[in-house]
Amino acid sequence: MALSRLSSRSNGIARPFSAAFNRFISTDTTPITIETSLPFTAHLCDPPSRSVESSSQELLDFFRTMALMRRMEIAADSLYKAKLIRGFCHLYDGQEAVAIGMEAAITKKDAIITAYRDHCIFLGRGGSLHEVFSELMGRQAGCSKGKGGSMHFYKKDSSFYGGHGIVGAQVPLGCGIAFAQKYNKEEAVTFALYGDGAANQGQLFEALNISALWDLPAILVCENNHYGMGTAEWRAAKSPSYYKRGDYVPGLKVDGMDAFAVKQACKFAKDHALEKGPIILEMDTYRYHGHSMSDPGSTYRTRDEISGVRQERDPIERIKKLVLSHDLATEKELKDMEKEIRKEVDDAIAKAKDCPMPEPSELFTNVYVKGFGTESFGPDRKEVKAALP
Amino acid sequence: MSAILQGAGAGAAAALTPFNSIDSNKFVAPSRSSLSVRSKSYIVAGSDDGTNKSFGSSSLIARRSQPLMIPNAVTATKADTAASSTSLKSGHELLLYEALQEGLEEEMDRDPHVCVMGEDVGHYGGSYKVTKGLADKFGDLRVLDTPICENAFTGMGIGAAMTGLRPIIEGMNMGFLLLAFNQISNNCGMLHYTSGGQFTIPVVIRGPGGVGRQLGAEHSQRLESYFQSIPGIQMVACSTPYNAKGLMKAAIRSENPVILFEHVLLYNLKESIPDEEYICNLEEAEMVRPGEHITILTYSRMRYHVMQAAKTLVNKGYDPEVIDIRSLKPFDLHTIGNSVKKTHRVLIVEECMRTGGIGASLTAAINENFHDYLDAPVMCLSSQDVPTPYAGTLEEWTVVQPAQIVTAVEQLCQ
Repeated sequence: MALSRLSSRSNGIARPFSAAFNRFISTDTTPITIETSLPFTAHLCDPPSRSVESSSQELLDFFRTMALMRRMEIAADSLYKAKLIRGFCHLYDGQEAVAIGMEAAITKKDAIITAYRDHCIFLGRGGSLHEVFSELMGRQAGCSKGKGGSMHFYKKDSSFYGGHGIVGAQVPLGCGIAFAQKYNKEEAVTFALYGDGAANQGQLFEALNISALWDLPAILVCENNHYGMGTAEWRAAKSPSYYKRGDYVPGLKVDGMDAFAVKQACKFAKDHALEKGPIILEMDTYRYHGHSMSDPGSTYRTRDEISGVRQERDPIERIKKLVLSHDLATEKELKDMEKEIRKEVDDAIAKAKDCPMPEPSELFTNVYVKGFGTESFGPDRKEVKAALP
Repeated sequence: MSAILQGAGAGAAAALTPFNSIDSNKFVAPSRSSLSVRSKSYIVAGSDDGTNKSFGSSSLIARRSQPLMIPNAVTATKADTAASSTSLKSGHELLLYEALQEGLEEEMDRDPHVCVMGEDVGHYGGSYKVTKGLADKFGDLRVLDTPICENAFTGMGIGAAMTGLRPIIEGMNMGFLLLAFNQISNNCGMLHYTSGGQFTIPVVIRGPGGVGRQLGAEHSQRLESYFQSIPGIQMVACSTPYNAKGLMKAAIRSENPVILFEHVLLYNLKESIPDEEYICNLEEAEMVRPGEHITILTYSRMRYHVMQAAKTLVNKGYDPEVIDIRSLKPFDLHTIGNSVKKTHRVLIVEECMRTGGIGASLTAAINENFHDYLDAPVMCLSSQDVPTPYAGTLEEWTVVQPAQIVTAVEQLCQ
């Protein structure tokens, strides 16, 4: 049995953890062609082909990372119920294929910016489980030093720009990042993610207009999970064809539960954006949890619908079937992998729980960048050092 | 000047609160002849940290024909020997908007990351000509004409700043930036904090605000009061060509987001500024006229109303100390405090509304920090809490007039 190390591939699949896979039969890069589940629907452009180039290593990678993301979100659910995570916690389980497929198609130089459902994308960009759980629990070791919380994950060195709480506000930011990429002649693109709820924000269309006008390499990705918190898309949008809403901007509708369709679409979008300007991708996806932990998720949709999607379209199940059908691993091996992942997540949680809270002085750091003498925090220059109990 | 005497008839004055009423008969308008004695005036920009500032002679032109009243500056002879011995270096004369443009151009030359975005800043040259000629020199990618979408282009500027660019976002009128309040408050002010220091947002948000000449309520807003609570931003207000250029340059070089408040009526101020490069400290107040009896704190256009009132006050025997606070957030309590400790009386004259304005915060700050040094309660003259009316006479009474300042000083110095 060949000991295979699933190391970082040049196409930028994140390896947030080092794991030695010494159990799998074939892990080399023999190419495998996979057909996407559904054809792409295009608006003002030619859709890409349904055949996606992949490899056995990538397939196993997808499975492992998605299982990790799923496990992480479920663990966050328990932590929230145990009151270790407070405030708002928006979980991404069900939507993992979007994060994974996107990472597979791009590099760390390409920027991603998203809204508050950002845990898995942060992981995909190279964040570690320890940073995730520490930040969620407000500890020092968190990616934002415990001062941001669930909705404010950022990773500058991997061009992950967060992590934003106000619906829709990240899209103009994303177009600004794309502008900077064009200004600096970087040959990179920006993926600005938003939801079906945010798709009705005016600033989106403002930003899209500017991006199309200035030919910015911006890709707007609508993660359409069909519900804007409690409001179904047909109750919020006169035209729920979000990929067409760009009007003069081309769009592509993608099955967001199929990681390979996402990968193909993102690759296509990147090529398009670098040459011809902005494009909209609509990922047809689904979230199993409610909008956030304070939303049960069952008052505006039936349990049958949720379990139906889980049975028929679950992204991890799809990859699992592909892995098994291509004989890349046995059932038992995949189960063992999942057990390993579970342990990894539990270890990370335990380690994060041990991590200290931020120092009281951290209350006042990073309000301003020090320079030109700025040291005050209030208008009267008073740095009131609160003595925390 | 003349407008006050024409407009403020006894009837109109009586209709207002006692605080605002003047007896127009008692009011003495400084005649031109009395000013001719002082033909050479110096504006002293005080500096405690020894930054090298040279003086420029200031001859502010009062244009009767244009709707802009700029009185001559009052002489100030500071006891600071090092400063006053500096002779007038050779300078060049220009208007305030040209000074802003010069500062902007110098910074764009110096750093290729600096870019400007706003409505009509490029080909049109800027609605107040601050960006005139820059698009021709630097191209469309560095001087960007945006469509009319403040929310989006402010957000884009902030997004670009996250990657390291240094955009200067112009609001054609500060009031329009209310549409971008979310971006300014949440993203501009807070991103450095919520990302744990990973991202800095070195943007400059600038634009003209304040009460103009009958521009109407929506175009006469003072946003300083709305933005002052946002943690993480700095606010400065320029009032002379000298400090306009200096503050513009400092704001661009600062790593923090800075909001630079300009005033619609001050763009045509003329002053001679130094040829060599200089920068004004973003957090420092400017000593306009040292004095002994009372500290008058002001900023932006009200500085000129205060200086006008100061002339009257001097004739009446008072010796006011006038400080242009310049830095609206954070306040320069060092300079202000030293002044309060000397004079023991404070009058704040601002253009913000009474409610929740810069004056309100400053009053609280002074009371909290310098209560023991005050001989009288801090008085704050602000604009009335009304939407700015169109009618000229009414508009005049929404803002503080020099006569009211004189009355207030007399009241405080009893």
